[in-house]
Amino acid sequence: MSTTSPAPSAPLGPLSSVPDALGRFGRFGGRYVPETLSAALEQLERAYEDAIADPAFAQELDGLLAAFVGRPTPLLFAERLTKLAGGAQIYFKREDLSHTGAHKINNTLGQGLLAMRMGKRRIIAETGAGQHGVATATACARFGLDCIVYMGSEDVRRQAPNVRNMRFMGAEVRPVETGSRTLRDAINEAMRDWMGSVENTHYIIGSVVGPHPFPRIVRDFQSVIGREAVDQCRRQFGRLPDMVVACVGGGSNAAGMFYPFIDHAGVRLIGVEAGGRSAKAGDHAASLSYGSPGILHGSLSYVLQNEDGQTADVHSVSAGLDYPGVGPEHSYWRDAGRVEYTSVTDSEALDAFDLVARREGILPALETSHAIAWAVKEAARRPADEILVICLSGRGDKDAAEIARLRGMVDG
Amino acid sequence: MEKTMPSGTASIAAVFAANREQQRKALAPFVTAGDPDVDTTVAILEAIDRAGASLCELGVPYSDPIADGAVIQASYTRALDNGMTIEALFATVKRAAAKVRMPILAMASYSIIFRRGIDRFVADAKAAGLAGFVVPDLPVEESDDLDAACRSAGLALVRLVTPTTPPDRAEAIARRSTGFLYCVSVAGVTGARTDLPAGLIDRVKWLRTKTDVPILVGFGISTPEQAKAVAAVADGVIVGSALVRHLAEAGSKPREELVRGVEDYVGKLAAAVGTSC
Repeated sequence: MSTTSPAPSAPLGPLSSVPDALGRFGRFGGRYVPETLSAALEQLERAYEDAIADPAFAQELDGLLAAFVGRPTPLLFAERLTKLAGGAQIYFKREDLSHTGAHKINNTLGQGLLAMRMGKRRIIAETGAGQHGVATATACARFGLDCIVYMGSEDVRRQAPNVRNMRFMGAEVRPVETGSRTLRDAINEAMRDWMGSVENTHYIIGSVVGPHPFPRIVRDFQSVIGREAVDQCRRQFGRLPDMVVACVGGGSNAAGMFYPFIDHAGVRLIGVEAGGRSAKAGDHAASLSYGSPGILHGSLSYVLQNEDGQTADVHSVSAGLDYPGVGPEHSYWRDAGRVEYTSVTDSEALDAFDLVARREGILPALETSHAIAWAVKEAARRPADEILVICLSGRGDKDAAEIARLRGMVDG
Repeated sequence: MEKTMPSGTASIAAVFAANREQQRKALAPFVTAGDPDVDTTVAILEAIDRAGASLCELGVPYSDPIADGAVIQASYTRALDNGMTIEALFATVKRAAAKVRMPILAMASYSIIFRRGIDRFVADAKAAGLAGFVVPDLPVEESDDLDAACRSAGLALVRLVTPTTPPDRAEAIARRSTGFLYCVSVAGVTGARTDLPAGLIDRVKWLRTKTDVPILVGFGISTPEQAKAVAAVADGVIVGSALVRHLAEAGSKPREELVRGVEDYVGKLAAAVGTSC
C-alpha cells in the first residue's frame, strides 16, 4: 500500500497505537492542567522517551522487578473456585504476591527511576487504599528519595495498616481533610503541592489517570502484568484465554492486564467497577457504567459529575475504587467496544472476599474482590473448556480490620 | 437592550486605553460568585466598582480547584454548599453588569465550561454580560475550541504565564492572549504571600518587551505596598485570596458593614496602584 494518510472512513489501525503526540486516546486524555505544570509534564515526556530508548533503563527496571518485586508473578488455577462455579476454568494472575502486596510497585519503581533520571529527589504521591502509597514509600526507601504521601483522612482511618507501613519506610503521610477526604481529594492536594514544588519534585501518580503523559507511562509500566499473562497462557494452555477480568477504579491494574491483549480480538476483556450500595448517584463509583465525558484531574474521560461539572460524591466499600473518574484509555476502549465495563455492589464484593478466603486460602483486596465477584458468576455460565483469567491485583490484609468492622466481628 | 458601552474584549481594551490616558494602572480584584450568597456578591461587585477597580475577576466555584490554595478552595466550598449553580452565576453577572462600569471576567475551570458545552457556555456568558474568561487549567495546546468560540463572540480569553514557562512558550502564549496577559507571580497555588517573589519585577519587564497586550500580575499580592511595586512595571495587579479572606473573616457581619469593609480595602489597593505610574 502506498497511501500516506488514511481516509476519514478508514479503520484507525490497532487499538494499541495510542496515545498520539498530544496524549489523546481517541477523543479522551489530553493535558488540562495549570500552566505552572506544563514544563514539568513536557520534561517528563522527554525523560520517558529517553528512558525507553535506553537499554540500561529497561535492564535496571527488569532487574528490580525480578529480585525486588519477585516477578514474574504466577498464574494459579483456582481449583475449588472453579469447581464451585461449575463452568469455565478460573485462573488468578497473582499480583498479590508482588512485594508490597499489589501491582502498584510495578509503576512506582519505573517512575522512581524516571525521577532520578530527571534529577528530582523529592517524590509526592496520592493514595486511596494505601497500596500506591506503600509502593511509593517502598521505591523511595530503595532509591533514597524523600517521600510525601497525601491520603484522605477517611482513607487513613479505613487503611490504617498501610499508613503505618508507609511511615515505617520513612514516608511522611499527610492526611487530607478537604472535600470527601478520599482519593480524589488526595490527588487535588498532591497536585497543589506539585504546583509549588515542580522544579525539584516528581509526582508519582498511582493510576492511569491525570494529564498526559501519566496515563501512558503508568499503563506501560503496568503492562508487565499482561505481557507475563500472555506468555504464561501460551505456555500453560498453548493459547490465549477466553476472558480476562480486572477491577477498575482509576484503572491501572486493568490497563496493565488488558493492554497486551487489546489487539487480540478473540479475548474478551471485562472491567469491573464499584457498584457501591446502588445505581443511584452518590451510591457508587462506576464512572464508565454511569458517568459521561468530562474533565477531571487533567484529562478528558468518563467522570461522575453533576450537570454543572462539579465532581459528584461517590461511594465504594473499597478505598482504591472510591474515585469519580477513570483513566482515559478505558474511556477509549469502552467507546470502541473493545472492553466491556460492568459493576458489582459492595455486598457482592464482600461475599467474593469470603468465598476466595475460604475456598482458595487467599485474602484478596476488596478492590480485587469486585473482579472476582463478577468473574465467578460469569464462569458459571461458560463451558468448562473456556479459560477465564482474573487479575488478582492485590492482597486483602489492609482490608481485614474494615471487613471485620463491617461484618460486626469483634477483633481479638 | 441597547448598550452604548463596548462589551466583551472591546470593553477591556477601553479600560486599558482610558487608564493609559489618565496614567493609571489597573486593579483587578477577584471574588467568588455566591460566597456567602449571590445578593452579597452583587453588592460586593458594586462596592469594588465604586472603590476604583478597573476590572473584576469573578471566581466560578468548582469542587476540585487544583490551582487554588486553602482560602479560595474554602470560599468555593462555601458557595457550593450554599447552592451556587452555573445558572445562578449567569443571573448574578446579569444583575451586577447592569450596575457596574468595570468589565467582569469569569475565572472558571475548563471542567465546568466543557460540561455545559463550549458554545453554550460562551453564548450564556455573553448574554449575561461577561467580558471574557480566565481558565486556569486550560493550557494553550488544548485551547483551540474555546479560543474560536470566544473570538467569534468577541469575548476575551486571558492566558497565563508562570515562572516555570520557558521564554519561547511565554511569547507564544502572550501572542494568543486576548484582553490582557495574566502573569502568575509564583510557581504555586493562589494565596497571599508576605514577600514578592525574587525575579518577578525583571520577569514582568522582560514580558513587557515581548508583547503589547496589557500585563496583569496576580497570585500572592495582598498589600498596597506590594500592589504598588508590581503596578510600577505592569499594567495592573490582581488581588484574590487576600480579599476573599477578608470577606471570610467578616462573614458574620451585617451585609452593609461587610461591603463597607471591602470598599475600604479595595479603595486602598486602588489608590496604591493608581499612583504608581
